[in-house]
Amino acid sequence: MTAAAATAVEAESDASIAAAISVRGLSVRFDGDAGSITALDGVDFDVPEGGFVTMLGPSGCGKSTLLRTLADLVPVGGGSITVFGRKPEQARRARDFAFVFQDATLLPWRSAIDNVRLPLEVGRRNGVVEQHAEPEALLALVGLDGREDALPHELSGGMRQRVSIARALIHRPRVLLMDEPFGALDEITRDSLNEELLRIWRETGTTIIFVTHSVPEAAFLGQKCLVLSTQPGRVREYVCIDFPEPRELSMRDTLNFVQVTARLRKLLEETR
Amino acid sequence: MTAADVDGVASKAGGYGKDTRTERLSGWRSRHAPPVFAAAGMLALWQLIVIGFGVPDYIAPSPLQVLRVFFEQGEILWINFWPTLLEAVAGFVLGNSIAALLAVLFVHSQLAERAFYPIAVFVNTIPIIAIAPILVLMLGNGYAPKIVIAALICFFPTLVNMVRGLKAVSPQMLELMRVLSASDGEIFWKVRLHSSLPFLFAALKIASTTCVIGAIVGEWIGSNYGLGSLIIEATYNFRAPLLYATVILGAGLAVTFFVTTTLVERRVLRWKPDAVY
Repeated sequence: MTAAAATAVEAESDASIAAAISVRGLSVRFDGDAGSITALDGVDFDVPEGGFVTMLGPSGCGKSTLLRTLADLVPVGGGSITVFGRKPEQARRARDFAFVFQDATLLPWRSAIDNVRLPLEVGRRNGVVEQHAEPEALLALVGLDGREDALPHELSGGMRQRVSIARALIHRPRVLLMDEPFGALDEITRDSLNEELLRIWRETGTTIIFVTHSVPEAAFLGQKCLVLSTQPGRVREYVCIDFPEPRELSMRDTLNFVQVTARLRKLLEETR
Repeated sequence: MTAADVDGVASKAGGYGKDTRTERLSGWRSRHAPPVFAAAGMLALWQLIVIGFGVPDYIAPSPLQVLRVFFEQGEILWINFWPTLLEAVAGFVLGNSIAALLAVLFVHSQLAERAFYPIAVFVNTIPIIAIAPILVLMLGNGYAPKIVIAALICFFPTLVNMVRGLKAVSPQMLELMRVLSASDGEIFWKVRLHSSLPFLFAALKIASTTCVIGAIVGEWIGSNYGLGSLIIEATYNFRAPLLYATVILGAGLAVTFFVTTTLVERRVLRWKPDAVY
């Protein structure tokens, strides 16, 4: 906890310039039949604007819950969350963030391009700013040019996830929340999507929060890695990861990278 | 007569062996030849048994006698065919429309579902044959009671399937719609309606054949037109060949409805409904 508190303070100081998201003393409780369960307790951290933060933790530590709370899918129990100075609900209505799920969650009767267009067709009553990217350009950005008219069942798992990333980017969200988006994919596809996600991040300048249970993925993608401990979910440590940019897959074979993953693994083991 | 039939089958079989003109044709044949030959074989066997055992035609007519009815008494068949067609189609449209609308109501109002679902189940448990006389008493002798019976028989499978279909949306898809701040109406039009279509068509395929049953059952009771009334009349007068021809016409009507529904389904559902993405 002391280390977490120290890093939180440190994060606060650099966040005072431009924090996309700040979380203070966040707790989340679920009321079930077997009584109430504390999923998150006293979580503090900041995400700098344009940063890439990965969240790592043992299963059941509440990392998905944390991401869902940021996205206003789970109500805040205690403490506060601000997304660009707004509450999660206001941020959701303003389309400040987009969410990418573990499954691509595409509408199976819609072509790739029409799935990307979905966010433009719903939620308009909230007076969403009608500024958006071109669907065709987004499909090209995720490497799917030429497959605009393909139906989801005609695409591979990796391609479907690319479509869902394109869909998430349509409103040029300021924050992209990703919940184990490549968890269901094979390693080769996952590697290439990791590299492409970094390219997309550099090209769009979007702030990304990325939940994963893969240590190498967390280290490879994140500028910072939020390690959570379990029962209840707390911040174990907020690790800064300094690798030379732009990062390439070959970097994972360097001693530096192995040292970082070893440290993350050690932190994870200590959370048990 | 019998020998000619068997010859016909044999020469067709010979033709099948020799015919290697196009692969598509042979593919079609290898797929459809077994059921066609099986059916032809059973008809031939039926013909043989009727002739061989000297079965009187009021007990069981031969296939050829039934075939003759279509040519010699075609008019009486067709006169009675159209009312049944009309009742079945009207019942199909009415029953399925009400069921689909009620399903939409159920999905949007738990109260409505809790209140009316048990009633729907109860209505479904009343045998259709038992409810037919009641409807005739209520609605008279015209088309109305037959249409209502055909509608009633379509109603329940469509209601149950449509409710399931409208609810068959993955929790993640609903979360996505929430992140997008979509309204209930938008979720309905963009997501629920589409994902219910495979379930709806499964029910419509059942309804496409049962609506004909409903219309015929309706015509059994106090009616003097329609295939159902013709069945009763032919039975009482021991006109077995006419009875068989009527039954075949009714079955043909149901098959036509079923095939039409399947073709519409194929046009509408171009995506794979089973998979989750």
